[in-house]
Amino acid sequence: MNEAPIIQLQDVVKSFGTQRILDRVSLDIYPGRTTVIAGGSGQGKSVTLKLILGLIKPDSGAILVHGRDITTMNRKELNEVRSNFGVLFQGAALLDSLSVFDNIALPLRERTELGREEIRQKVMATLIQLGLIGHEEKFPAQLSGGMKKRVGLARALQLQPDIMLFDEPTTGLDPEKTMEIYRLFHETQEKFAYTAIIVSHDIPKVFNLADQIVVLNHGKLVTFDNPEDIQLSSIPEIQAFVKTTMGHLYLSRELE
Amino acid sequence: MLLQRIENIGESAIYHLHDLGRMGLFLLRTLLGGVKKPFRFTTMVRQIQEIGANSFGVIFFTAAFTGMVLGLQGYYTLRKFGSEGMLGSAVALSLLREMGPVLTALMVTGRAGSAMCAEVGIMRNSEQIDALECMAIDPLGYLVMPKVLATVISLPLLTMIFNVVGIFGGYLAGVKMLGVNPGAYFTGMELSVVNKDITMGLIKSVVFGLLIVWICTGRGYFVHQIRGAGYGAEAVSRVTTQAVVIASISILLWDYILTAILL
Repeated sequence: MNEAPIIQLQDVVKSFGTQRILDRVSLDIYPGRTTVIAGGSGQGKSVTLKLILGLIKPDSGAILVHGRDITTMNRKELNEVRSNFGVLFQGAALLDSLSVFDNIALPLRERTELGREEIRQKVMATLIQLGLIGHEEKFPAQLSGGMKKRVGLARALQLQPDIMLFDEPTTGLDPEKTMEIYRLFHETQEKFAYTAIIVSHDIPKVFNLADQIVVLNHGKLVTFDNPEDIQLSSIPEIQAFVKTTMGHLYLSRELE
Repeated sequence: MLLQRIENIGESAIYHLHDLGRMGLFLLRTLLGGVKKPFRFTTMVRQIQEIGANSFGVIFFTAAFTGMVLGLQGYYTLRKFGSEGMLGSAVALSLLREMGPVLTALMVTGRAGSAMCAEVGIMRNSEQIDALECMAIDPLGYLVMPKVLATVISLPLLTMIFNVVGIFGGYLAGVKMLGVNPGAYFTGMELSVVNKDITMGLIKSVVFGLLIVWICTGRGYFVHQIRGAGYGAEAVSRVTTQAVVIASISILLWDYILTAILL
Protein backbone atom coordinates (compact mmCIF):
# COMPACT_ATOMS: atom_id res chain seq x y z
CA MET A 1 0.00 0.00 0.00
CA ASN A 2 1.73 3.19 -1.20
CA GLU A 3 -0.69 5.67 0.36
CA ALA A 4 -0.23 6.82 3.93
CA PRO A 5 -2.97 5.68 6.33
CA ILE A 6 -5.58 8.33 7.16
CA ILE A 7 -6.11 6.78 10.62
CA GLN A 8 -3.65 4.70 12.61
CA LEU A 9 -4.13 2.96 15.94
CA GLN A 10 -0.75 2.13 17.47
CA ASP A 11 -0.58 -0.31 20.39
CA VAL A 12 -3.79 1.06 21.88
CA VAL A 13 -4.77 -0.22 25.32
CA LYS A 14 -8.12 0.60 26.92
CA SER A 15 -9.56 -0.83 30.12
CA PHE A 16 -12.71 -0.12 32.09
CA GLY A 17 -12.09 -1.01 35.72
CA THR A 18 -10.39 -4.37 35.73
CA GLN A 19 -11.69 -5.35 32.30
CA ARG A 20 -9.24 -4.84 29.44
CA ILE A 21 -11.30 -4.03 26.34
CA LEU A 22 -8.49 -3.33 23.88
CA ASP A 23 -5.10 -4.93 24.37
CA ARG A 24 -2.28 -3.38 22.32
CA VAL A 25 -4.45 -2.98 19.25
CA SER A 26 -2.92 -1.64 16.02
CA LEU A 27 -4.81 -0.80 12.85
CA ASP A 28 -4.19 1.18 9.66
CA ILE A 29 -7.11 2.67 7.74
CA TYR A 30 -6.42 3.97 4.25
CA PRO A 31 -8.15 6.89 2.50
CA GLY A 32 -11.22 6.20 0.38
CA ARG A 33 -11.56 2.63 1.66
CA THR A 34 -14.30 1.03 3.72
CA THR A 35 -13.30 -0.75 6.91
CA VAL A 36 -15.81 -2.91 8.74
CA ILE A 37 -15.24 -3.52 12.45
CA ALA A 38 -17.00 -6.67 13.59
CA GLY A 39 -17.03 -8.76 16.75
CA GLY A 40 -19.32 -10.05 19.45
CA SER A 41 -21.08 -7.88 22.02
CA GLY A 42 -18.80 -6.17 24.53
CA GLN A 43 -15.67 -6.77 22.44
CA GLY A 44 -14.93 -3.04 22.14
CA LYS A 45 -16.26 -2.10 18.71
CA SER A 46 -18.01 1.10 19.84
CA VAL A 47 -15.10 1.85 22.20
CA THR A 48 -12.80 1.78 19.16
CA LEU A 49 -15.04 4.31 17.39
CA LYS A 50 -15.12 6.57 20.45
CA LEU A 51 -11.33 6.39 20.68
CA ILE A 52 -10.97 7.39 17.02
CA LEU A 53 -13.35 10.31 17.65
CA GLY A 54 -11.40 11.39 20.74
CA LEU A 55 -14.50 11.04 22.94
CA ILE A 56 -12.48 8.81 25.27
CA LYS A 57 -8.74 8.55 25.75
CA PRO A 58 -6.74 5.30 25.61
CA ASP A 59 -4.78 4.14 28.67
CA SER A 60 -1.71 3.90 26.43
CA GLY A 61 -0.83 3.92 22.75
CA ALA A 62 -1.35 6.49 20.01
CA ILE A 63 -4.21 7.30 17.63
CA LEU A 64 -3.12 9.21 14.55
CA VAL A 65 -5.53 11.04 12.27
CA HIS A 66 -3.87 12.53 9.18
CA GLY A 67 -0.58 11.71 10.92
CA ARG A 68 -1.34 13.72 14.10
CA ASP A 69 -1.73 12.01 17.48
CA ILE A 70 -5.15 12.98 18.84
CA THR A 71 -4.50 11.51 22.31
CA THR A 72 -2.21 14.42 23.22
CA MET A 73 -4.34 17.17 21.69
CA ASN A 74 -6.16 19.90 23.59
CA ARG A 75 -9.87 20.56 23.03
CA LYS A 76 -9.33 23.18 20.32
CA GLU A 77 -6.97 20.96 18.29
CA LEU A 78 -9.33 18.02 18.73
CA ASN A 79 -12.23 20.09 17.41
CA GLU A 80 -10.17 20.89 14.30
CA VAL A 81 -9.58 17.17 13.72
CA ARG A 82 -13.25 16.41 14.36
CA SER A 83 -14.18 18.75 11.51
CA ASN A 84 -12.91 15.92 9.24
CA PHE A 85 -15.36 13.45 10.75
CA GLY A 86 -19.00 12.69 10.16
CA VAL A 87 -20.71 10.25 12.49
CA LEU A 88 -23.92 8.28 12.15
CA PHE A 89 -24.74 7.11 15.67
CA GLN A 90 -26.58 3.89 16.49
CA GLY A 91 -29.73 5.74 17.53
CA ALA A 92 -28.97 8.64 15.13
CA ALA A 93 -28.50 10.95 18.18
CA LEU A 94 -30.66 13.71 16.72
CA LEU A 95 -31.31 16.65 19.02
CA ASP A 96 -34.84 16.03 20.34
CA SER A 97 -35.72 19.69 20.66
CA LEU A 98 -34.84 20.56 17.05
CA SER A 99 -36.85 19.85 13.89
CA VAL A 100 -35.42 17.73 11.07
CA PHE A 101 -34.47 20.92 9.20
CA ASP A 102 -32.75 22.44 12.25
CA ASN A 103 -30.91 19.20 13.03
CA ILE A 104 -29.46 19.09 9.52
CA ALA A 105 -28.71 22.82 9.55
CA LEU A 106 -27.01 22.67 12.97
CA PRO A 107 -23.40 21.97 11.83
CA LEU A 108 -23.70 24.62 9.11
CA ARG A 109 -25.00 27.22 11.57
CA GLU A 110 -22.43 26.42 14.22
CA ARG A 111 -19.35 25.63 12.16
CA THR A 112 -19.58 27.81 9.05
CA GLU A 113 -20.09 31.47 8.21
CA LEU A 114 -22.85 30.70 5.69
CA GLY A 115 -25.88 32.98 5.56
CA ARG A 116 -29.44 31.91 6.34
CA GLU A 117 -30.45 31.52 2.67
CA GLU A 118 -27.34 29.52 1.74
CA ILE A 119 -27.95 27.19 4.67
CA ARG A 120 -31.58 26.76 3.66
CA GLN A 121 -30.59 25.87 0.10
CA LYS A 122 -27.95 23.38 1.21
CA VAL A 123 -30.31 21.70 3.67
CA MET A 124 -33.12 21.53 1.12
CA ALA A 125 -30.75 19.94 -1.41
CA THR A 126 -29.80 17.29 1.16
CA LEU A 127 -33.44 16.70 2.06
CA ILE A 128 -34.21 16.04 -1.61
CA GLN A 129 -31.17 13.78 -2.06
CA LEU A 130 -32.04 11.63 0.95
CA GLY A 131 -35.78 11.51 0.27
CA LEU A 132 -36.70 13.55 3.34
CA ILE A 133 -38.60 16.34 1.64
CA GLY A 134 -41.93 17.01 3.36
CA HIS A 135 -40.56 15.88 6.73
CA GLU A 136 -38.42 18.94 7.47
CA GLU A 137 -40.80 20.38 10.08
CA LYS A 138 -41.13 17.11 11.99
CA PHE A 139 -39.33 16.41 15.25
CA PRO A 140 -37.19 13.28 15.88
CA ALA A 141 -39.90 11.74 18.09
CA GLN A 142 -42.25 11.79 15.07
CA LEU A 143 -39.86 9.84 12.80
CA SER A 144 -39.41 6.12 12.17
CA GLY A 145 -36.06 4.45 12.92
CA GLY A 146 -35.04 4.41 9.25
CA MET A 147 -35.95 8.04 8.77
CA LYS A 148 -33.97 9.05 11.87
CA LYS A 149 -30.91 7.32 10.39
CA ARG A 150 -31.39 9.19 7.12
CA VAL A 151 -31.59 12.51 8.98
CA GLY A 152 -28.51 11.50 11.00
CA LEU A 153 -26.67 10.72 7.76
CA ALA A 154 -27.79 14.02 6.24
CA ARG A 155 -26.51 15.92 9.28
CA ALA A 156 -23.21 14.02 9.28
CA LEU A 157 -22.59 14.85 5.61
CA GLN A 158 -23.28 18.59 5.83
CA LEU A 159 -19.65 19.59 6.34
CA GLN A 160 -18.47 17.10 3.67
CA PRO A 161 -16.25 15.03 5.97
CA ASP A 162 -13.19 13.04 4.82
CA ILE A 163 -14.04 10.25 7.21
CA MET A 164 -17.48 8.82 8.01
CA LEU A 165 -18.04 6.59 11.02
CA PHE A 166 -21.13 4.41 11.18
CA ASP A 167 -22.06 2.88 14.53
CA GLU A 168 -24.41 -0.05 13.87
CA PRO A 169 -26.13 1.78 10.98
CA THR A 170 -28.79 -0.85 10.40
CA THR A 171 -29.52 -2.09 13.92
CA GLY A 172 -33.26 -2.18 14.61
CA LEU A 173 -34.24 -1.67 10.96
CA ASP A 174 -36.30 -4.05 8.83
CA PRO A 175 -34.65 -5.60 5.73
CA GLU A 176 -36.17 -3.01 3.41
CA LYS A 177 -34.88 -0.07 5.47
CA THR A 178 -31.52 -1.84 5.85
CA MET A 179 -31.14 -2.04 2.09
CA GLU A 180 -32.12 1.61 1.82
CA ILE A 181 -29.37 2.62 4.25
CA TYR A 182 -26.82 0.59 2.26
CA ARG A 183 -28.03 2.21 -0.95
CA LEU A 184 -27.59 5.65 0.61
CA PHE A 185 -24.17 4.60 1.85
CA HIS A 186 -23.15 3.66 -1.72
CA GLU A 187 -24.56 6.86 -3.20
CA THR A 188 -23.03 9.20 -0.63
CA GLN A 189 -19.64 7.48 -0.65
CA GLU A 190 -19.55 7.74 -4.43
CA LYS A 191 -20.46 11.42 -4.23
CA PHE A 192 -18.26 12.52 -1.31
CA ALA A 193 -15.47 9.88 -1.65
CA TYR A 194 -15.14 9.56 2.11
CA THR A 195 -13.23 6.95 4.06
CA ALA A 196 -15.79 4.79 5.87
CA ILE A 197 -15.52 2.92 9.13
CA ILE A 198 -18.55 0.75 9.87
CA VAL A 199 -19.22 -1.01 13.13
CA SER A 200 -21.90 -3.56 12.46
CA HIS A 201 -23.57 -6.76 13.52
CA ASP A 202 -25.24 -7.01 10.13
CA ILE A 203 -22.99 -9.74 8.83
CA PRO A 204 -22.54 -10.93 6.07
CA LYS A 205 -24.41 -8.07 4.32
CA VAL A 206 -22.03 -5.42 5.55
CA PHE A 207 -19.03 -7.50 4.41
CA ASN A 208 -20.03 -6.82 0.80
CA LEU A 209 -19.24 -3.16 1.39
CA ALA A 210 -15.85 -3.77 2.96
CA ASP A 211 -12.37 -3.30 1.56
CA GLN A 212 -10.98 -4.40 4.91
CA ILE A 213 -12.58 -6.33 7.75
CA VAL A 214 -11.32 -6.28 11.31
CA VAL A 215 -12.66 -8.60 13.97
CA LEU A 216 -12.25 -7.72 17.63
CA ASN A 217 -11.77 -10.76 19.79
CA HIS A 218 -10.91 -10.65 23.51
CA GLY A 219 -9.19 -7.29 23.20
CA LYS A 220 -7.14 -8.31 20.15
CA LEU A 221 -7.77 -7.30 16.59
CA VAL A 222 -7.54 -9.60 13.58
CA THR A 223 -7.53 -8.04 10.12
CA PHE A 224 -8.87 -9.72 6.95
CA ASP A 225 -8.93 -8.51 3.37
CA ASN A 226 -12.17 -10.27 2.42
CA PRO A 227 -15.00 -12.32 3.98
CA GLU A 228 -13.63 -15.62 2.62
CA ASP A 229 -10.45 -15.18 4.65
CA ILE A 230 -12.53 -14.92 7.84
CA GLN A 231 -14.18 -18.24 7.14
CA LEU A 232 -10.77 -19.84 6.68
CA SER A 233 -9.44 -18.43 9.97
CA SER A 234 -7.96 -21.02 12.31
CA ILE A 235 -8.68 -18.97 15.47
CA PRO A 236 -11.41 -20.88 17.38
CA GLU A 237 -13.16 -17.69 18.62
CA ILE A 238 -13.26 -16.28 15.07
CA GLN A 239 -14.65 -19.60 13.82
CA ALA A 240 -17.36 -19.46 16.50
CA PHE A 241 -18.13 -15.84 15.58
CA VAL A 242 -18.38 -16.76 11.89
CA LYS A 243 -20.70 -19.68 12.64
CA THR A 244 -22.98 -17.47 14.71
CA THR A 245 -23.06 -14.42 12.50
CA MET A 246 -22.63 -15.94 9.04
CA GLY A 247 -24.63 -19.08 9.73
CA HIS A 248 -26.55 -19.20 6.45
CA LEU A 249 -23.52 -18.58 4.29
CA TYR A 250 -21.43 -21.05 6.25
CA LEU A 251 -24.02 -23.82 6.13
CA SER A 252 -24.70 -23.42 2.43
CA ARG A 253 -20.99 -23.65 1.68
CA GLU A 254 -20.63 -26.78 3.84
CA LEU A 255 -23.60 -28.40 2.02
CA GLU A 256 -22.01 -27.58 -1.34
CA MET B 1 -12.55 -5.74 58.72
CA LEU B 2 -11.09 -2.46 60.03
CA LEU B 3 -8.78 -2.17 57.04
CA GLN B 4 -11.74 -2.74 54.73
CA ARG B 5 -13.65 0.09 56.41
CA ILE B 6 -10.68 2.44 56.16
CA GLU B 7 -10.31 1.46 52.50
CA ASN B 8 -14.00 2.21 51.87
CA ILE B 9 -13.76 5.60 53.56
CA GLY B 10 -10.64 6.43 51.54
CA GLU B 11 -12.25 5.29 48.30
CA SER B 12 -15.35 7.32 49.04
CA ALA B 13 -13.28 10.42 49.88
CA ILE B 14 -11.33 10.10 46.62
CA TYR B 15 -14.55 9.66 44.63
CA HIS B 16 -16.16 12.77 46.18
CA LEU B 17 -12.99 14.82 45.70
CA HIS B 18 -12.84 13.71 42.07
CA ASP B 19 -16.54 14.52 41.66
CA LEU B 20 -16.06 17.99 43.15
CA GLY B 21 -13.11 18.63 40.84
CA ARG B 22 -15.13 17.44 37.83
CA MET B 23 -18.04 19.70 38.78
CA GLY B 24 -15.67 22.63 39.42
CA LEU B 25 -14.09 22.26 35.98
CA PHE B 26 -17.57 21.94 34.48
CA LEU B 27 -18.56 25.32 35.96
CA LEU B 28 -15.27 26.93 34.96
CA ARG B 29 -15.47 25.64 31.39
CA THR B 30 -19.11 26.77 31.14
CA LEU B 31 -18.37 30.29 32.36
CA LEU B 32 -15.25 30.63 30.19
CA GLY B 33 -17.19 29.28 27.21
CA GLY B 34 -19.84 31.93 27.84
CA VAL B 35 -17.53 34.74 26.85
CA LYS B 36 -16.78 33.09 23.49
CA LYS B 37 -18.84 33.56 20.33
CA PRO B 38 -21.52 32.78 19.30
CA PHE B 39 -23.84 34.37 21.86
CA ARG B 40 -27.06 32.35 21.69
CA PHE B 41 -29.58 35.09 22.38
CA THR B 42 -32.68 33.29 21.04
CA THR B 43 -31.89 30.12 23.00
CA MET B 44 -31.38 32.21 26.12
CA VAL B 45 -34.75 33.97 25.67
CA ARG B 46 -36.44 30.57 25.21
CA GLN B 47 -34.80 29.39 28.43
CA ILE B 48 -35.94 32.54 30.27
CA GLN B 49 -39.46 31.64 29.22
CA GLU B 50 -39.01 28.03 30.37
CA ILE B 51 -37.21 28.72 33.65
CA GLY B 52 -38.61 32.16 34.49
CA ALA B 53 -41.99 32.88 32.91
CA ASN B 54 -43.29 29.33 33.26
CA SER B 55 -42.42 29.37 36.98
CA PHE B 56 -44.63 32.41 37.57
CA GLY B 57 -47.70 30.41 38.67
CA VAL B 58 -45.90 28.33 41.27
CA ILE B 59 -44.06 31.40 42.57
CA PHE B 60 -47.28 33.43 42.78
CA PHE B 61 -49.15 30.83 44.86
CA THR B 62 -46.17 30.02 47.10
CA ALA B 63 -45.61 33.72 47.74
CA ALA B 64 -49.29 34.46 48.40
CA PHE B 65 -49.69 31.70 50.99
CA THR B 66 -46.27 32.34 52.57
CA GLY B 67 -47.22 36.00 53.00
CA MET B 68 -50.59 35.06 54.46
CA VAL B 69 -49.01 32.63 56.94
CA LEU B 70 -46.45 35.29 57.93
CA GLY B 71 -49.35 37.73 58.40
CA LEU B 72 -51.22 35.30 60.66
CA GLN B 73 -48.23 34.13 62.70
CA GLY B 74 -46.80 37.62 62.93
CA TYR B 75 -50.08 39.12 64.08
CA TYR B 76 -50.59 36.65 66.98
CA THR B 77 -46.94 36.92 68.07
CA LEU B 78 -46.80 40.73 67.89
CA ARG B 79 -50.18 41.08 69.64
CA LYS B 80 -48.63 39.58 72.79
CA PHE B 81 -46.38 42.67 72.93
CA GLY B 82 -49.03 45.07 71.70
CA SER B 83 -47.05 45.69 68.52
CA GLU B 84 -49.52 44.67 65.79
CA GLY B 85 -48.56 47.89 63.98
CA MET B 86 -45.15 46.36 63.25
CA LEU B 87 -46.72 43.55 61.20
CA GLY B 88 -45.92 45.16 57.83
CA SER B 89 -42.26 45.56 58.70
CA ALA B 90 -42.02 41.99 60.07
CA VAL B 91 -43.56 40.50 56.93
CA ALA B 92 -41.49 42.63 54.55
CA LEU B 93 -38.14 42.05 56.26
CA SER B 94 -38.74 38.29 56.51
CA LEU B 95 -39.60 38.12 52.84
CA LEU B 96 -36.98 40.48 51.42
CA ARG B 97 -34.03 39.14 53.37
CA GLU B 98 -34.75 35.42 53.69
CA MET B 99 -37.98 33.83 52.59
CA GLY B 100 -38.26 35.50 49.18
CA PRO B 101 -34.88 34.43 47.76
CA VAL B 102 -34.81 31.05 49.54
CA LEU B 103 -38.34 29.90 48.72
CA THR B 104 -38.11 31.19 45.13
CA ALA B 105 -34.86 29.27 44.66
CA LEU B 106 -36.32 26.09 46.18
CA MET B 107 -39.42 26.32 43.98
CA VAL B 108 -37.34 26.92 40.84
CA THR B 109 -35.11 23.97 41.80
CA GLY B 110 -38.14 21.70 42.02
CA ARG B 111 -39.79 22.96 38.85
CA ALA B 112 -37.02 23.98 36.46
CA GLY B 113 -33.86 22.50 38.04
CA SER B 114 -35.20 18.96 37.88
CA ALA B 115 -36.25 19.49 34.25
CA MET B 116 -32.77 20.81 33.36
CA CYS B 117 -31.09 17.81 34.97
CA ALA B 118 -33.38 15.30 33.26
CA GLU B 119 -33.03 17.02 29.87
CA VAL B 120 -29.23 17.04 29.95
CA GLY B 121 -29.13 13.50 31.38
CA ILE B 122 -31.35 12.15 28.60
CA MET B 123 -29.21 13.95 26.03
CA ARG B 124 -26.14 12.30 27.51
CA ASN B 125 -27.71 8.84 27.48
CA SER B 126 -29.01 9.12 23.92
CA GLU B 127 -25.56 10.23 22.66
CA GLN B 128 -26.84 13.72 21.75
CA ILE B 129 -24.00 15.31 23.73
CA ASP B 130 -21.49 13.00 21.99
CA ALA B 131 -23.02 14.06 18.67
CA LEU B 132 -22.46 17.74 19.53
CA GLU B 133 -18.84 17.01 20.44
CA CYS B 134 -18.34 15.10 17.19
CA MET B 135 -19.65 18.11 15.27
CA ALA B 136 -17.03 20.17 17.16
CA ILE B 137 -19.80 22.10 18.94
CA ASP B 138 -19.02 22.80 22.61
CA PRO B 139 -21.91 21.18 24.52
CA LEU B 140 -21.38 23.50 27.49
CA GLY B 141 -21.60 26.63 25.36
CA TYR B 142 -24.51 25.26 23.36
CA LEU B 143 -26.55 23.62 26.12
CA VAL B 144 -25.52 24.87 29.54
CA MET B 145 -24.52 28.53 29.12
CA PRO B 146 -27.96 29.73 27.89
CA LYS B 147 -29.49 28.03 30.95
CA VAL B 148 -26.94 29.73 33.26
CA LEU B 149 -27.74 33.17 31.87
CA ALA B 150 -31.49 32.51 31.85
CA THR B 151 -31.52 31.32 35.48
CA VAL B 152 -29.29 34.15 36.73
CA ILE B 153 -31.57 36.67 35.01
CA SER B 154 -34.88 35.00 35.94
CA LEU B 155 -34.30 34.22 39.60
CA PRO B 156 -33.87 37.82 40.88
CA LEU B 157 -36.98 38.83 38.88
CA LEU B 158 -38.99 35.94 40.32
CA THR B 159 -37.69 36.81 43.79
CA MET B 160 -38.97 40.37 43.41
CA ILE B 161 -42.35 39.07 42.26
CA PHE B 162 -42.35 36.70 45.25
CA ASN B 163 -41.63 39.59 47.63
CA VAL B 164 -44.38 41.81 46.24
CA VAL B 165 -47.00 39.04 46.19
CA GLY B 166 -45.92 37.89 49.69
CA ILE B 167 -46.28 41.40 51.09
CA PHE B 168 -49.82 41.59 49.69
CA GLY B 169 -50.53 38.10 51.09
CA GLY B 170 -49.51 39.41 54.53
CA TYR B 171 -51.70 42.46 53.95
CA LEU B 172 -54.66 40.23 53.11
CA ALA B 173 -54.27 38.14 56.28
CA GLY B 174 -53.22 40.93 58.66
CA VAL B 175 -55.25 43.91 57.45
CA LYS B 176 -58.28 42.46 55.69
CA MET B 177 -58.85 39.41 57.91
CA LEU B 178 -57.44 40.41 61.32
CA GLY B 179 -58.06 44.15 61.26
CA VAL B 180 -54.55 45.64 61.46
CA ASN B 181 -54.50 49.28 60.44
CA PRO B 182 -53.54 49.47 56.72
CA GLY B 183 -51.62 52.71 57.19
CA ALA B 184 -49.57 51.16 60.02
CA TYR B 185 -48.88 48.08 57.88
CA PHE B 186 -47.31 50.07 55.03
CA THR B 187 -45.76 52.86 57.13
CA GLY B 188 -43.99 50.33 59.38
CA MET B 189 -42.64 48.66 56.27
CA GLU B 190 -41.46 51.94 54.78
CA LEU B 191 -39.64 52.92 57.96
CA SER B 192 -37.86 49.62 58.56
CA VAL B 193 -36.90 48.43 55.08
CA VAL B 194 -33.66 49.85 53.71
CA ASN B 195 -31.93 49.36 50.36
CA LYS B 196 -29.50 46.91 51.90
CA ASP B 197 -32.37 44.49 52.64
CA ILE B 198 -33.41 44.47 48.98
CA THR B 199 -29.82 44.21 47.72
CA MET B 200 -29.12 41.31 50.08
CA GLY B 201 -32.09 39.39 48.72
CA LEU B 202 -31.08 40.05 45.14
CA ILE B 203 -27.44 39.02 45.69
CA LYS B 204 -28.68 35.82 47.28
CA SER B 205 -30.99 35.08 44.37
CA VAL B 206 -28.16 35.51 41.82
CA VAL B 207 -25.94 33.11 43.80
CA PHE B 208 -28.81 30.63 44.23
CA GLY B 209 -29.52 30.82 40.49
CA LEU B 210 -25.93 29.91 39.71
CA LEU B 211 -26.04 27.07 42.25
CA ILE B 212 -29.25 25.61 40.80
CA VAL B 213 -28.08 25.59 37.20
CA TRP B 214 -24.56 24.39 38.07
CA ILE B 215 -25.70 21.46 40.19
CA CYS B 216 -28.68 20.42 38.07
CA THR B 217 -27.04 20.58 34.64
CA GLY B 218 -23.77 19.21 36.04
CA ARG B 219 -25.41 16.10 37.51
CA GLY B 220 -27.24 15.51 34.22
CA TYR B 221 -24.06 16.03 32.19
CA PHE B 222 -22.15 13.43 34.23
CA VAL B 223 -25.07 11.01 34.63
CA HIS B 224 -22.97 8.16 33.22
CA GLN B 225 -20.14 8.75 35.70
CA ILE B 226 -22.06 9.08 38.96
CA ARG B 227 -21.41 6.22 41.33
CA GLY B 228 -24.40 4.04 42.10
CA ALA B 229 -26.71 5.86 39.67
CA GLY B 230 -27.17 2.83 37.45
CA TYR B 231 -27.87 3.04 33.74
CA GLY B 232 -30.40 4.46 31.28
CA ALA B 233 -33.70 5.94 32.43
CA GLU B 234 -33.14 4.73 36.01
CA ALA B 235 -29.87 6.67 36.20
CA VAL B 236 -31.53 9.86 34.94
CA SER B 237 -34.31 9.47 37.50
CA ARG B 238 -31.89 8.88 40.41
CA VAL B 239 -29.54 11.65 39.38
CA THR B 240 -32.44 14.10 39.00
CA THR B 241 -33.58 13.36 42.55
CA GLN B 242 -29.99 13.69 43.74
CA ALA B 243 -29.59 17.02 41.93
CA VAL B 244 -32.73 18.49 43.52
CA VAL B 245 -31.63 17.37 47.00
CA ILE B 246 -28.06 18.66 46.62
CA ALA B 247 -29.24 21.96 45.12
CA SER B 248 -31.81 22.49 47.91
CA ILE B 249 -29.27 21.79 50.67
CA SER B 250 -26.69 24.00 48.93
CA ILE B 251 -29.22 26.85 48.78
CA LEU B 252 -29.83 26.61 52.54
CA LEU B 253 -26.10 26.33 53.27
CA TRP B 254 -25.20 29.31 51.08
CA ASP B 255 -28.11 31.27 52.55
CA TYR B 256 -26.42 31.02 55.93
CA ILE B 257 -22.99 31.89 54.51
CA LEU B 258 -24.31 34.89 52.57
CA THR B 259 -26.38 36.15 55.52
CA ALA B 260 -23.32 35.97 57.76
CA ILE B 261 -21.26 37.89 55.18
CA LEU B 262 -23.86 40.46 54.12
CA LEU B 263 -25.44 41.36 57.45
